[in-house]
Amino acid sequence: MSYLKPALKHPGLPKNALGFTRRDYEGSISTLCAGCGHDSISAAIIQAVWELGIEPHRVAKVSGIGCSSKTPDYFLSSSHGFNSVHGRMPSVLTGANLANRDLIYLGVSGDGDSASIGIGQFAHLMRRGVNMSYIVENNGVYGLTKGQFSATSDKGSKAKKGAVNKDEAIDLVAMALQLGATYVGRSFSGDKAQLVPLIKGALAHQGVALIDCISPCVAFNNHEGSTKSYDYVREHNESVNKLDVILGRAPITTQYAPGEVTEVTQHDGSVLRLRKLDEGYDPTDRVAAMNYLAQHKALGEIVTGLLFVDPDASDLHAGLGTVATPLNQLGDDILVPGAAALEKLNAALR
Amino acid sequence: MKPTDISAPSYFHKVVDCQWACPAHTPVPEYIRLISAGRYTDAYMVNWESNVFPGILGRTCDRPCEPACRRGRVEEEPVAICRLKRVAADNKDDVLARLTPIPTTKNGKRVACIGAGPSSLTVARDLAPLGYDVHVYDAEAKGGGFMWSQIPRFRLPESVIDEEVGYITNRGGVTTHYNTRVDSLKGLLAEGYDAVFVGCGAPRGRDLDVPGRKEAAANIHLGIEWLASVSFEHVTSIGKRVIVLGGGNTAMDCCRSARRLGGESVSVVVRSGFEEMKASPWEKEDAMHEGIPILNFLVPKEVLHEAGRLTGMVFEKVKAEYDARGRRQLVPSGEPDVTIPCDDVLVAIGQENAFPWIERDIGLEFDRWGLPKLNEATLQSTVPNVFFGGDAAFGPKNIIWAVAHGHDAAISIDKFCQGQDVADRPDPLVKMASQKMGIHEWSYDNDVSIDLRFKVPHADPTESLRSIKAEVELGYDRELAFKEAQRCLNCDVQTVFAASLCIECDGCVDICPTDCITFTPNEEEDALRVALKAPAINKHQDLYVADGLKTGRVMVKDEDVCLHCGLCAERCPTGAWDMQKFFLQTAKTTNGVPACASR
Repeated sequence: MSYLKPALKHPGLPKNALGFTRRDYEGSISTLCAGCGHDSISAAIIQAVWELGIEPHRVAKVSGIGCSSKTPDYFLSSSHGFNSVHGRMPSVLTGANLANRDLIYLGVSGDGDSASIGIGQFAHLMRRGVNMSYIVENNGVYGLTKGQFSATSDKGSKAKKGAVNKDEAIDLVAMALQLGATYVGRSFSGDKAQLVPLIKGALAHQGVALIDCISPCVAFNNHEGSTKSYDYVREHNESVNKLDVILGRAPITTQYAPGEVTEVTQHDGSVLRLRKLDEGYDPTDRVAAMNYLAQHKALGEIVTGLLFVDPDASDLHAGLGTVATPLNQLGDDILVPGAAALEKLNAALR
Repeated sequence: MKPTDISAPSYFHKVVDCQWACPAHTPVPEYIRLISAGRYTDAYMVNWESNVFPGILGRTCDRPCEPACRRGRVEEEPVAICRLKRVAADNKDDVLARLTPIPTTKNGKRVACIGAGPSSLTVARDLAPLGYDVHVYDAEAKGGGFMWSQIPRFRLPESVIDEEVGYITNRGGVTTHYNTRVDSLKGLLAEGYDAVFVGCGAPRGRDLDVPGRKEAAANIHLGIEWLASVSFEHVTSIGKRVIVLGGGNTAMDCCRSARRLGGESVSVVVRSGFEEMKASPWEKEDAMHEGIPILNFLVPKEVLHEAGRLTGMVFEKVKAEYDARGRRQLVPSGEPDVTIPCDDVLVAIGQENAFPWIERDIGLEFDRWGLPKLNEATLQSTVPNVFFGGDAAFGPKNIIWAVAHGHDAAISIDKFCQGQDVADRPDPLVKMASQKMGIHEWSYDNDVSIDLRFKVPHADPTESLRSIKAEVELGYDRELAFKEAQRCLNCDVQTVFAASLCIECDGCVDICPTDCITFTPNEEEDALRVALKAPAINKHQDLYVADGLKTGRVMVKDEDVCLHCGLCAERCPTGAWDMQKFFLQTAKTTNGVPACASR
């Protein structure tokens, strides 16, 4: 088995604004099963970060435990990383974000890590609005323990050996909308044309962004009767819009009929240009998004695309009124102001 | 775009760039792998099958394979294919027992080969094992032809020629008639040969026609004749100041030989620019490395002489101008003429075919350039039992082309002698074999080395300039040869795609280190080429298109810079990608089956 990817690359590989090729954003070779959807998501993350021209050292990738949480090893090898405890990525990432708000935070998790053991952490991170991109690599199955149903398995779907799931599924997208997430999307590992811009938009978003990415488990959940197989998702995929993320003042090269395109300018100046695939869909209306999701779920459709975005999102730092400078750039005198300052603070609370 | 027909042998053959470019279609990656495995004798035999003279070619081949090598497109330089061939020859054990046996029972057919150069000897090698009684005629005292008479010994030791010529002439079935010049084709045909092969080369050196040429004739020599005289030790010295005219490989051999025979100030003068010279880049490099300047854009104008003695040459300075159709013209630059004093001049400005010994009344037709009219595939002339090959066929080429002609002519002669249709050519032998050993294991070494090309060790220049016979290139030792062999990308291990097994998970697309694979809606080739993950701009390389996928898209693989690393197949969950070794051997009469019985 190959454990190194050859360093030789396509001679015509383009470079981004920083002079890096996409290959410079790769990690070590994946040890996941061949055909795993997670590898496609890793490739999409590499593509998105390369396209945005982000210096790798400005990214912190944090994960929990599981197949999904192994993947940060397979992309952005020059970025910061923390492979934390099962289901505890949100708290570790929240702490890191509070200490250094200048980094770009990427949380990578799975359906077990986020919807089972870590569901409490997931919920609180969403409602606090930590400025991060939260990617759930959702395969509906516990792959590392050989294929039991996970909390996101749909009711009625079949396991590889034929057992039928009797429990209701947790929909992380619906939860995130309900808990106040300000950028919510769903995608499919087999559709990079949709996934890459969605990740770019999330990375540019200044608030909590959730992407629930369906990622087929080839070893345990890609059979007839599964609702998270390549074939099933391709057949039932209902995309609401097509997203382009525009940074700076990129010229508009394509002409659209009026009403076909919605533009949303985010706080960092990035423009999300959405080409509507469903006429009536308004991605800035949270309640409508929740209704739409529920209606289409009843029809057996998997709604994908950028489902909700709040262009005026704020984050945890704004709520707490924290200092604008990362803690590692502050001097000891400011970080430890002394007994007198503590006394003053305590007095103010009496 | 139409889906690719991978069952056509030419498709995967083309992917093996080196083998495709080799006139004799030597299975290059196959023997390079054998060298890596230390199986030098086996590597030699793979070569011997295809190109007959591995030891000679490993030193002197024009190596059309190397510019074609895929490695040169993903990195700086191609694999040193030619010099690895020499490694196989240098390190092999005794191969006599492995050569195709020569039957004692003859088939009753007699074939004459005119000239004992590479094409004639190839014909002899290919026909003798089938029971033909082959007679080889040459005017010189031993076999090898041009390889012996004109390639200097410091590039090609005599022992190597003797050994490889001996494998053909000393094992029975072949009778040599050395020191025998064929003066009449009519006469030879009258001796009752069933077929005659003409492999006499292009023996006439082109001469110079400028004022003073005649007067100074004593010190002006035709390059190929002078080289032959040096080879036969009739000439052992030359003047201190030598001018070599011409920009081909013969000129390079002349100047380097002159340097060894007493030429202290040797320069090469060419009409064209340095870049357009016909000599191989490495031969130019070797000459310059020996302190020989190459002066370009100088056209000979006059030979200077005093009292019948050469004193120098005058050249007109020219420059290249291109007309609207891109044709080059050399026009006077207006600068003053250049005079170069010298004691000897070697003229190596080209070679010509000459057939004064072929009677014009025997039905053998020539074209307006004085070359025989031939069928390009069969090499048959307008006299049905006379065949041509090597330089005698289409003008001066090189050894490896001569060998390729020899194989083709042998097939033609065999078919002709057996009363078969000469135009009906036998198919190549093609084998495809999966290299899969386990889930992620391959029976070839799929690691891609990132080493740059290793330099071949050379003898110390001051030492090697002392003798005309001291070989300059020392060849790779085993350790260096292994490292260089590891640079080969195994392009013959093909990526074979089965759409019916594919679940379109993108695993191969994501892992491919050179962005070769794309799944996309089908389009016309031009549109497809720019729509791929990395645009396929090298139109000399094919796109591999497969349809039959569930989404209705097509799989498109740009063959251009594929590393054949097998990662696509390793990351494929369903075995839709497989790595299969493609082995192609062109049809030869010595494949064990006579050409006439191979269908």
